[in-house]
Amino acid sequence: MARAFTPKVVTANLLIEGDAVWFTARDTWSGDIADAELMTDEAHASLRLLEAQAQQNVIAGAYLADAVAGKNGPETTHFREAFRTRGPSNYAHGKQVEINV
Amino acid sequence: MYKYNDFDEAFVRERVAQFRAQVERRIDGSLTEDEFKPLRLMNGLYLQLHAYMLRVAVPYGTLNAAQMDMLAHLAETYDKGYGHFTTRQNIQYNWPQLKDVPDMLSDLADVGMHAIQTSGNTIRNVTADHFAGAAADEVADPRPVAELLRQWSTDHPEFQFLPRKFKLAVTGSENDRAVIKAHDIGIQIVQQNGVIGYKIIVGGGLGRTPMIGKVINDFLPQADLLPYVEAIVSVWNRLGRRDNKYKARIKITVHEHGIDEIRRLVDERFAQIRPTFSGVDQTILREIEAQFAAPAFKVVSTDGFEATRMANPAFRSWTDTNLTAHRADGYAIVSISIKKHGATPGDATADQMRVMANLACRYGHDELRISHEQNVILPHVHKSDLAKLYSELRAADLATANIGLASDIIACPGMDYCALATARSIPIAQQIATRFDELKIEHDIGALKIKISGCINACGHHHIGHIGILGLDRAGVESYQITLGGDHTETAAVGERAGPGFSADDIVPAIERLVYGYMELRNDPEETFLAAYRRLGAAPFKTILYPEEKADAA
Repeated sequence: MARAFTPKVVTANLLIEGDAVWFTARDTWSGDIADAELMTDEAHASLRLLEAQAQQNVIAGAYLADAVAGKNGPETTHFREAFRTRGPSNYAHGKQVEINV
Repeated sequence: MYKYNDFDEAFVRERVAQFRAQVERRIDGSLTEDEFKPLRLMNGLYLQLHAYMLRVAVPYGTLNAAQMDMLAHLAETYDKGYGHFTTRQNIQYNWPQLKDVPDMLSDLADVGMHAIQTSGNTIRNVTADHFAGAAADEVADPRPVAELLRQWSTDHPEFQFLPRKFKLAVTGSENDRAVIKAHDIGIQIVQQNGVIGYKIIVGGGLGRTPMIGKVINDFLPQADLLPYVEAIVSVWNRLGRRDNKYKARIKITVHEHGIDEIRRLVDERFAQIRPTFSGVDQTILREIEAQFAAPAFKVVSTDGFEATRMANPAFRSWTDTNLTAHRADGYAIVSISIKKHGATPGDATADQMRVMANLACRYGHDELRISHEQNVILPHVHKSDLAKLYSELRAADLATANIGLASDIIACPGMDYCALATARSIPIAQQIATRFDELKIEHDIGALKIKISGCINACGHHHIGHIGILGLDRAGVESYQITLGGDHTETAAVGERAGPGFSADDIVPAIERLVYGYMELRNDPEETFLAAYRRLGAAPFKTILYPEEKADAA
C-alpha cells in the first residue's frame, strides 16, 4: 500500500543568490518557511510543484519537503530542512543573521 | 612550480568565457536548470543547502604565494571572508552568488588556477603527497607526473562521460601520505636497480563500499605511464556499471571481475594504444620536471634554532608536532595547523591565507601545499627562520601545535553545508577538539587520526581513521557510528564498525571514553592507538564503548 501523504511545502534555492526559499500561495518566494503554502492534498502539491518549477528565472532545484502547521505558519519536521531555515551551525552566517527575501 | 604555457592559458581563458556566456543564458532564461546543471558542474559549481558552492582545484596540492593571495581575494570579495580546504586538495567557497562565479574563475585564471573537472563524472583533481619535493624519504617528486596526468585528463574526449567520477593520487615515497590505496588509481614512484618506474594500484575507494586498492602492476616503465593509465580508464569506461551509480566506481568493477581479469584486459588494451603514443608525453614530462626543480636551498647555521627551542617551551612543543624531516640539510617541512581547537577543520580566513602567503614568500621559497588532512604546509623552511616564522604564525592564530594529534581531525562540511549529507560533522569535530584541549591530554594520547564524514560518501575519510565517525540520519535524528582501526597509509586498512550509533549528545563522551580506555590498555606511551588496536583486536575497545551491554550480558 502506498504511504499516506504527509503535508508538504515547496522549497527551492534562489537562482542568483542560492538562498533557501519557500513557495507561497501567491506564487511568490519567501525566505521564511512560515509564509509558505502548506499543502495537504497530494494532487494539489504535485501541481504546485510544477507551477513552482516553472519559475526557472527565479529559482533552481524546487522540491516538496515535509512540513507541519505551526503557530505562525508551516514548520519543518526534519533537521535537514530546519537547517535550511537557519544556516550553518559553525558560523553566524545565512538566514540566522540575514534574510534576503 | 609549473607555470601555464600559452596553450594552458588560452584553454582556461576560453573555458571562463564559455561559462560566462552559459551563466548569462541561465540568468536570462535561455537555459533551464536541467540544461545548465551539467555545465556548472563541469566548472565546479554546486548548489548546496544554503547557497552555491564553488570548488577550486589546487592541483597536487601545490600553490605559490600569489595563488594563495588570490584565494584570499576570492574569499573576501565574493564570499564571507573564508575558504574551506578539502580532503582532495581543493578549496571550497560556500557562499558565492551565481552572477559572480565567472569573475571568480577569471581571477583564478590570472594566477594559473581553475575549477575544471572538480565535479562530474570525469577524472578529478590529481592529488599528491603534500610533502612532495621536500620529504626526506622520497624517491622522486610526484608532482611532475601529477601535472602530466592533469594535462592528459583535462577535457580528454574519451573520458568526459565516465560511468562515475575517477580519482588519481600520486606519491613518490614508500610512506604513503597521499592515501593512494583509497583512490581509483594510486601511483607510487618506485626505484628498481637505479631505474625509476611506477607501482600502479587500482580499485581503491571509500564511500558506500570501501575497498583497499590492489596492485595491478608492480613496476611500470616511465614511458608507459599515460598509455597504461589510459588503458585502465578505458577498460573501466567500457565495463563500469552505468546501470547503478552505487556500483559504477572502478572498485566495484575490479571486485566483480577480479584483479587478474582486469589486468588481462588492461594489458590487451594497452597493447593496442601504446603504439599511438609517440613519446611526446615524455618530452612534455621532461619540460614539466624542469619547472619543478628544487629551490636554491641556503646553507647557514641552525644553532639559533636549538637555542630558541630550549628557551621557549611553546615553540618547542610546536616544533615537536608540526615539523617533518626535510631532504635538505638545515631545512624543515612546516605544517601549519588550520585546526585550532574549536575551529572548523580546514577553514582559513582571507587574512590567514594572506599571512601564510606572505610567510611562504619570506621564509618558504614561495611554496605552499594543501594536505588531504586539511592543513597548509610550508614545504621548505630553513631552521634558522623557524622562530621568526612561529611568532608570526602565533600572531595570526595559526600556531596550534596539534599536527597528527587527536584534535587534528578531518571533517567534511557535513549537513552544515552539503546537500548530500545525512548529519552534521563540523560541530562534532569542534566539540571533540575542544574537549581534548580542556583535558590537556592530547600530547599524552600521541598519534591519533580521527576522521568524520557526514554521510556514507566518506569525504571525511572515516573508514581510514584510527577512529572513524560516520554521521547518519536514523529516523529523523542525527546518529553517529564509530569505526575502529582504519589506516590511511601504506598499511591501509578499512576500519571495523564498533556497534550501534551514538546520539549527537553521546558521541563526544564516547570518544573520550574510548581514548581514555586506550591509554589504560596500551603497553606503554609509545604504543599508538592503532598499534594497540591491532595487538588487542576490537573486543576491549567495544567493551569500553558499550559498557552497559556487557553488564547486561553478564
